[in-house]
Amino acid sequence: MKIAITSKGNTLESELDPRFGHCAFFTIYDKTSGGFEVIPNPYKGSEEQAGTLAVKFLKDKGVEKIVSGDFGLKVKPLLDSLLIQMIVIKKPNITISQIIALINH
Amino acid sequence: MNPPIVRGFKPYGKEQGADNLEAITLNFEEYEALKLCDYDMYNHSQASAIMNVSRPTFTRIYASARIKISKAFVEGRQIEIEGGKVYFDSEWFRCSSCGCNFNNPHMQEKVTSCALCGSKEVSSYPSNNEETATEDTCYCPTCGFEKRHQHGNRCNKELCPTCNKPMKRRGRQ
Repeated sequence: MKIAITSKGNTLESELDPRFGHCAFFTIYDKTSGGFEVIPNPYKGSEEQAGTLAVKFLKDKGVEKIVSGDFGLKVKPLLDSLLIQMIVIKKPNITISQIIALINH
Repeated sequence: MNPPIVRGFKPYGKEQGADNLEAITLNFEEYEALKLCDYDMYNHSQASAIMNVSRPTFTRIYASARIKISKAFVEGRQIEIEGGKVYFDSEWFRCSSCGCNFNNPHMQEKVTSCALCGSKEVSSYPSNNEETATEDTCYCPTCGFEKRHQHGNRCNKELCPTCNKPMKRRGRQ
């Protein structure tokens, strides 16, 4: 299962980016194989539709869960209809490796 | 809407003589109205569209939220955020082990463990109020397909996406 985590930087020690559409990087973690890839968000700078475009982008990558700080009003119904699970973490300084540790519990 | 990140607010530093008064209950819809208007800076008609209520209704909800909050401020009461007739974007759950909120896109499967850390300490988000789940749905009499009622749209003018028959409002004939 693939899980996307929005991150501020491209290492495992980077923090969770609280925004979804305009986050800096997506860390896509594969729970079955344990591997991960970090992809710069192609829609970081776009002024409109960043969230919806990012959803399509992640859907094409086969992501089933997304971990972020918040999701916008347009993104939520879209993710609902695509059956992608949203996980909201309201801790400002949590790092990607901490989240991956939580996923693997 | 997103559930609020806290369940309420407490006053501190009480003057002598201030009694322990009952808490004020701020409904989820009042919280959401206040958030949309004063935090997200939408105007009343935009916010009413987001909340799927009419503009006058929105203004009523918003006014009631402000009255309650000012009462809590002036009288030094606690605020509890709970209840009310709300519809969350999808069913949301909260894990008390890692503190995250998550939704359940696969409605047919029951949520027993946290999506992130796998702990069993999960509770569904309006946990103690049965009124919170809205009964305002439209359904298709032929195949049983259900969707949320869109305010201002007549259900019998809408067609079911699977069998193309007119929909009906639940609880009404």
